[in-house]
Amino acid sequence: MNSFTYFRAHEVAAALTEKATAPQAKFIAGGTNLTDLMKVNVEQPHHLIDIRRLPLNKIEETEENGLRLGALVTNADTAYHPLVESRYPLLAKAILAGASAQLRNMATNGGNPLQRTRCYYFYDTATACNKREPGSGCSALNGYNRIHAILGTSEHCIAVHPSDMAVALTALDAKVNVTGPQGERVIPFPEFHRLPGDTPNIDTNLSPDEIITAIDLPTKGFAENNAYLKLRDRTSYAFALVSVAAALELEGNIIKEARIALGGVAHKPWRKPEAEAQLVGKEANPENFAQVAETLLAGAQGFGHNNFKIELAKRAIVRALLQAAKMEEIS
Amino acid sequence: MEKAFFDQDNINDSLDRVDGRLKVTGKATYAAEYQLPNIAHAVLVTSTIAKGLITALDSKQAERAPGILAVISHVNSPGVPAYGSSPAMPERATLGTPLRVFHDNLVYFSGQPVAVVVADTLQRAKYAASLVKVQYEKEPHQTDLEANISRAALPANVQRDKNSRYHDYDRGNPEALNTAAVKIEATYKIPTEHHNPLEPHALIAHWEAPDKLTLYDKTQVIKGTQGNLARAFKLPIENVKVQAKFIGGAFGSGIRVWPHVMAATLAAKKVQRPVKLALPRELMFNSVGSRPETIQKLSIGATKDGRLTAITHEAIAHTSTYEEHTERTVLATRVLYACPNVRTRYRLVNLDVNTPTWMRGPGEVTGVYALESAIDELAYALRIDPLELRLRNHADSDPEKNLPWSSKSLKECYAKGAEHFGWHKRTLEPRSMRQGQFLVGYGMASSMFGVHRNNAKARAVLQADGKVIVQSATSDIGPGTGTAMTQIAADTLNISPALIRFDLGESTLPDAPGQTGSTTVSSVGSAVKVACEALKQKLLQLAVTSPHSTLYNANPADLSVADGRIFKTQNPAVSITYTEILKQNNLPQLEVTEESKPGAEWQKYSMSAFGAHFVEVHVNPITGEVRVKRVVTCAGVGKVINLKTARSQSIGGIVGGIGMALTEESVMDHRFGRYVTADFANYHVPVHADVPQIDAFFIDEHDPHVNPVGAKGLGEIAIVGVSAAIANAVFHATGKRIRNLPITPDKLI
Repeated sequence: MNSFTYFRAHEVAAALTEKATAPQAKFIAGGTNLTDLMKVNVEQPHHLIDIRRLPLNKIEETEENGLRLGALVTNADTAYHPLVESRYPLLAKAILAGASAQLRNMATNGGNPLQRTRCYYFYDTATACNKREPGSGCSALNGYNRIHAILGTSEHCIAVHPSDMAVALTALDAKVNVTGPQGERVIPFPEFHRLPGDTPNIDTNLSPDEIITAIDLPTKGFAENNAYLKLRDRTSYAFALVSVAAALELEGNIIKEARIALGGVAHKPWRKPEAEAQLVGKEANPENFAQVAETLLAGAQGFGHNNFKIELAKRAIVRALLQAAKMEEIS
Repeated sequence: MEKAFFDQDNINDSLDRVDGRLKVTGKATYAAEYQLPNIAHAVLVTSTIAKGLITALDSKQAERAPGILAVISHVNSPGVPAYGSSPAMPERATLGTPLRVFHDNLVYFSGQPVAVVVADTLQRAKYAASLVKVQYEKEPHQTDLEANISRAALPANVQRDKNSRYHDYDRGNPEALNTAAVKIEATYKIPTEHHNPLEPHALIAHWEAPDKLTLYDKTQVIKGTQGNLARAFKLPIENVKVQAKFIGGAFGSGIRVWPHVMAATLAAKKVQRPVKLALPRELMFNSVGSRPETIQKLSIGATKDGRLTAITHEAIAHTSTYEEHTERTVLATRVLYACPNVRTRYRLVNLDVNTPTWMRGPGEVTGVYALESAIDELAYALRIDPLELRLRNHADSDPEKNLPWSSKSLKECYAKGAEHFGWHKRTLEPRSMRQGQFLVGYGMASSMFGVHRNNAKARAVLQADGKVIVQSATSDIGPGTGTAMTQIAADTLNISPALIRFDLGESTLPDAPGQTGSTTVSSVGSAVKVACEALKQKLLQLAVTSPHSTLYNANPADLSVADGRIFKTQNPAVSITYTEILKQNNLPQLEVTEESKPGAEWQKYSMSAFGAHFVEVHVNPITGEVRVKRVVTCAGVGKVINLKTARSQSIGGIVGGIGMALTEESVMDHRFGRYVTADFANYHVPVHADVPQIDAFFIDEHDPHVNPVGAKGLGEIAIVGVSAAIANAVFHATGKRIRNLPITPDKLI
C-alpha cells in the first residue's frame, strides 16, 4: 500500500470540486473493495476523497410511487428496510446473498455496483490483466477460468461482475442517479455496466468524475413472485458461480410479465428482453422455463474450466423461475 | 448436542478451558502481539517465477522510501553460518536441504522470499516492498503432478533407509486380486490443500545480544525451533529462546522452521532491532507447506460373501525439488482390515513448488479417503451394507505386525455411531432416499490413526501456598493442552484443578516434543503424570519420615490422599496437608522433574485409535449442491481427559473433513507455477452455514499399555475418514461417484 492523502467531503459539490482538482483521486465510501485492492497494489491512489458523510443516506418513497435508495445507505440497512422487504423482496434477498454481515454493514448502495471483478489474475500483479493494465493481455482466457464469463466476453477479458445486488437491480429496471461536473443524469441500471469489449478496464458507464447519488426503484417490485438463487462453492460467503434474479407477474398460472437477470456469467448482470417476452402469455411450468433458459444462454461460450456454467446456468434459471412461481421449496 | 454430554457422564468431567477467559477477552498474547521497544516491521518480497535465477535485484528506490531501515536479500544477507556453500546449478535438487533463505540467487518456487524490507512501520515496509525490482532468468518449471507422473519414484530418503515404512510392501500374494470373485478398481485424487489457520504465521525475532536470539513465533514445536535456530546460527542452545504461549490454530503448518522465520531472524540481525514479520493471507499459500496433491489407485478383491481377498494401494504425491516430504498415505491400508494379501506402493514426484508438510491427519487422511471410498464401492458391487462389509473384515489383531492391539473399540464405535445416527433407516440402492425435492444420502467410513509417543519431561513444583506449578515446553494449537495437563496434574496429586498452573510455550521449560501427530497427551501428559506422581511420593515419604508429622512412621500402604491431604485410610482424622509437610520440613517449595518415555510395550502391542463417522447429505438434483445435514462420529481414543475439549476437537476435525470433501482446493496455474486461489475469497474453508449438527461420542476405553495416562490422542483421528464418509453419502444420494475432491456442484450436474 502506498502513502495517500485524504479528504473528507460533506457535500456533493465539495466532493466534485475536490475531484476536479485531483482527477486521479479515488472516491471512497464503505471501502470494502477499494482498501482490499490497495493492500495488494492493484489500486494505488495517491489521494482519497471520502464521500461517506455526504447527505445521501436516506431511503425515501418517490413521487412515482417507487423507492429512492440513497447511495450511502448501507447494504444491510437497505436489505432490512421495511419498504424494501415488503415491496422489493428480490432486492433484499440478493443483497443478503452477498458477502458477510460485517461487509454488508460497511458496503454502500452506490459502492456495491462499483466493486471490481474477483478474477484471480486481476488481483495477482505478477500476471497480465487487461482490466488492471490495459494491453498487457488476459491471463484468464487460457488459464484457470472456472469463475469466469460465458456470455458477452471479448478476447481481451472474460471477467465477471461479482455483485449480487446489481443482478436484482438489473431485473427490477432500477435507475442510477448520478451527479457530475455536467450536472445530474440518470442511467438505467441495465445500461450501467459495460461489456468488456476492447476496454475491459472500464467497468461502467459512470464517468470517473461522477458520483452516484441514489438508486431509484420503479413502482413495480414483483413482491409476490420472485426469487434470487445463488449457486456457489460453499453455502454462504462465496461469490456466485451462477446466480439468477427471477421475477414474475402471474395471473393464475399464466405469466403476464417476466424478468430474469443472471449473475456470475458476464461482465455485467445479464438480461435479455426477448427471453422475457418469450414467457409472456405462457404457462408457468418447467418446460417453458427450460425454453427461456435456452434463449438466455444462446451464444454462451465456455473457456475450459467454466464450461459447466452453461448447463448450470440453465438449470439455475429453471429452479429460480420455479421458486418465483412458488412451485419449488426454497432450499 | 446435549445427548453427547449426558451419554458421557461416566467418563470424565468437563473442566472449562483454563485459558478460555484470556482468549475471549483478548488478553492472550499471540506471537505478533508482543510489545517490544523499538520494534521494526518486515515485509517479504517474493519471487514471481517458479524456477530460475535472480539476475538483478534493484532496491535503490525502496531504500530511499521513508522509514526504511534495510532491504535484505542474497546480495547483502548477514548470512546463516550453517548454510555452507551454494551447490552448483545442475545439482540444485539437493534432497532434504531446507530452503536456504537469501543464500544465493536460485529460485525454487513461485512465492519464495527473495528479499525482506524492514521499516519503522508496517505500512512503510509494505510500500517499499512494492518498489523492489527483481529481474529473473526463467527456466522451464514443472508444477503439474499428473503431467509429471512418469517421474514418480520411491523417495530417495526411503531408498537410503532400509527400515523405512514407505518401502514397497507385499503381504501374502497380492496377485490374488486377479482371481477374486468380485473386484473393484478406482483412482482417487485429492488436490493440494492449505492449512489456513485463522492466525496467519507471524514472529518477532530479537537479537538481545550478538549471540543471543529470542523468537516469539507461531510454532507447534518449541524445542525443535530452538534447536534449529541454534544450529543454523551456530549458537549454544541456551542462547536461543523460543516463546509460543498462544497459537491461533496451525493444523501442522507450524511444525517446521519455514523460510519467513529465517528471513525475519536475518532482518533482525541486520537492523539490530527486534523485527516483526506477519505473513499476509496470500503468502500463507506459498510459505508454510500444504497437504500434498495425491493420486491414488485402489484395487480390492473379495469373495461373494464379502471377505476381502486382496488390496492394492498405490499413491503418488508431490514434493518440492529440494526436499522430500513423505507421509503415511498407504500405511492404514495394511492394517485397517483383515486381508491376507496386500500390496502398497508409495511414490513422490518432485515439482517446482514449496515443500508440502503434515496437515491434520497427515497421510492417513489421504489414504483412508481412498481406501474407505473403495470399500464403499465394493459394498455396492457386493450389494452388502457398507457397515456390514466392514464388520465382516474387522482386523482383530494388527495384520501387518502380527501383534495384538493394545485396545480396540472399532466395533463399538460402529455400533454406537450407527445407533445414534439411525443407520438402519438407510436403504441399499443409490438415489433411493428423498426428502422433498432433495436426494438424501447416508454414508459412513472408518477412521484410524496410530498411537504415537515421544520422550517428554515435566516439572512439578509445590509451593508454600499449596499451589502447584507444572511446566513443560509443549504448545497448544487449540486442543486445550493446558486444560488437559491441569486435569492430569490435579487427578494425580489429588488436588483441585484450581490449584494447578500449567506453563507451556517456552523453550526454557523442560523438554517436550512438538504438538504433532496427536502425541501431546500421550507424551507430555505422561510426563506430567509421572512428575506429579513423583511429587506425591516425595510428599508421602516426607509425611512418614518427618518426626513432627502426624503420620510419622506410618506405613505408606495404609495412607490415602484427597484434596491435598494425606490421611490414614482407616482413620481419616489422622492427616497432614501438603503445605503442612513443606512447613514442617522448612521447605519453601518442593520440586521434581521427571521424564517419561515409551518402553517395551511397543514391541508387544500394536497401538492405534479407531473410530467411525456417519454422515447424511442432501443433494439438489437439478443444481448439484451438496449440504451435509448431520454427522455422528464416535471414536475409541483411550481415556478422554476432558470431554468438552475432546468433543470440540472432534467437531473441528469433522469441519476440516467437510472442507476437504466439498470446498477446499488450492489451484495452481501451471503456466506460471502460481496458486490462483491464494486468498479466502477463492480458497473456500467451510463457513458456519456449511456445518450442521455434529454429535461426537467416545467409547469408554481402558488401555493400560499405551502410556501412563491411557490416552491415545484425538486430534488426527477426528478428521481421518470424514471426506470418504461424505463422498460415500453423495454417491448414495446421487448414484454418482466423485473420485476427485472437492465435490463441487459442477461435478454433480
